[in-house]
Amino acid sequence: MPGEGRVNGKPRRVVVMSPRAAAARRPRHPLTREIDEQTRLGEVYMRSLVRTQFRLALFVCTVLACVVGGLPLLFLLVPQLRDARLFGLPVPWVVLAGLIYPAFVAGAWLYVRQAERNERDFADLMERR
Amino acid sequence: MSGIAAVVLVMLATLLIGAFGLRMARTTSDFYVASRTVSPLWNASAIGGEYLSAASFLGIAGLILTFGADMLWLPVGWTGGYLVLLVLVSAPLRRSGAYTLPDFAEARLESMAVRRLSSVLVVVIGWLYLMPQFQSAGLVFRTITGAPAWAGSLLVAGVVATNVLSGGMRSITFVQAFQYWLKLTALAVPLAFMLIVWWGDGSPALPPGDDWILPLHGPEHPVYETYSLILATFLGTMGLPHVLVRFYTNPDGRAARRTTLVVLTLLGAFYLMPAVYGFLGRVYGLPASDTVVIGLPGRLVGGPVGDLLTALATAGAFAAFLSTSSGLTVSVAGVIAQDILGGGVRSFRVATVVAVVIPFALAGAARSLPVATVVGLAFAVAASSFCPLLVLGIWWRRLTTVGAACGLLAGGGLACFAVVTTIAGGPRSGWAEALLAQPAAWTVPVSFTVMIVVSLLTPSRVPRGVARTMVRLHTPETLDVDRGDWHPRFM
Repeated sequence: MPGEGRVNGKPRRVVVMSPRAAAARRPRHPLTREIDEQTRLGEVYMRSLVRTQFRLALFVCTVLACVVGGLPLLFLLVPQLRDARLFGLPVPWVVLAGLIYPAFVAGAWLYVRQAERNERDFADLMERR
Repeated sequence: MSGIAAVVLVMLATLLIGAFGLRMARTTSDFYVASRTVSPLWNASAIGGEYLSAASFLGIAGLILTFGADMLWLPVGWTGGYLVLLVLVSAPLRRSGAYTLPDFAEARLESMAVRRLSSVLVVVIGWLYLMPQFQSAGLVFRTITGAPAWAGSLLVAGVVATNVLSGGMRSITFVQAFQYWLKLTALAVPLAFMLIVWWGDGSPALPPGDDWILPLHGPEHPVYETYSLILATFLGTMGLPHVLVRFYTNPDGRAARRTTLVVLTLLGAFYLMPAVYGFLGRVYGLPASDTVVIGLPGRLVGGPVGDLLTALATAGAFAAFLSTSSGLTVSVAGVIAQDILGGGVRSFRVATVVAVVIPFALAGAARSLPVATVVGLAFAVAASSFCPLLVLGIWWRRLTTVGAACGLLAGGGLACFAVVTTIAGGPRSGWAEALLAQPAAWTVPVSFTVMIVVSLLTPSRVPRGVARTMVRLHTPETLDVDRGDWHPRFM
């Protein structure tokens, strides 16, 4: 970027303040301006962000649908499973009244990590050119 | 007697904490959203406290005891709904800046007609949810005191109205967070004692050949009903008015996601317990009803300790009535005040009274179904109306005002019709009964289809500012971009 190279041997001055205030005062960057002015390039960037996040959401929902939708089907098609035991307890109860909850939390944690990573990547792309 | 003491104690604590919050509620915006200064754990506890209603505290254990393993899906769906909400809705919804669902409809679709339609649906869902809370308050009050059922309903309705009138949202946040931990304790401590007794009895199991423990054995069409229940609960959570308000108190979209993750953990911990109550109730042969959580500790433990545990469970139940009812009342009253009465703190007060009195009257008039069943119907309405609006509104640019309105009317209208027929005592058997008692499996697809097809047929009605709205919904707050100038109207 042409404006950023003028350092003249001195260390660049860094403004220390709350990140939100910094965001408000930072001079407008051309790439975010593409988005602000809704140019075709800006639209492409926006659509790529939305598509990335949507794909992630869809992936989580598909896995969830397979697990949650598959369990009744499994009990329907494999009747022995309804009465099978695990640690002395019936399998449907072990899964539905126990294991599924930590699985939800794990899935949510992984999702949050990836969604934040996607946003960081997008922000880096916007700010570093 | 200790049961009554517990009820009085919870009511007093709720009012006192409410009064503590009152000193801080000064401006209108404070009154509504606690000025967004609520920390994430407080916020997550408050969401949990608000969400765990009588249906969760009493109703699930009662239904599991009555119908067996198929009802295990109810708590699973009420937790899993937050996972769906997290991935599809939480961050964009917070970034939209909308405070209520009608706000979101207005911000995204730039249409007052869709906003008004959403307002009506919020009020319907809110009242459908409030009515069984008041009903089961009456039931529990009658169980512990012998007083007529309306007395218990009146008590809860009165405390809720007072609390909302005096403190607004800020006090509600403190109250709700307190209520989550109270409810967790009130379910966990008696359970620990009862498990010790059960273990001391030689861990009795169910008699062999008891079908109760098997999935898919219950009603006439167990497979259909199971899938419909799953759809309603997983998709309905995002459309509950009192849940969405809480997301506004997060400082940004990232915090909204993290809060949802904490909520999921808190709810998962809570929902491990009702199934065990249902199981113990079956083993010890308790009659199937919504009061099994209250009755079980006295039956198993007995003596003064049993009395104390019963009192604790009763306290938890009243915490559940108060917390959910308060949250719903704030949301319904906010919508009535803003969209019907024209706004301002005074109309919020009038609206609060209206928001409480009508479901209280309905609670007396309507036939009494299990609390978790009626709340399940509220989920079905939310899943068939607000779920498509939110999901398509956030991720699909081609959604039009006409499409959204038609989808809300078709899905919400059909679900409401099914719900009213069921509550009024419609068909008692066959496919008609199953389709009306668990409508989500057909009303949700209808709603999505209508919204998509009508939107594709009316391309000229895509809101003009949709590109800017997409920027607002999806870009992280750290980026300095133009997000448009829409703000929710704080009366």
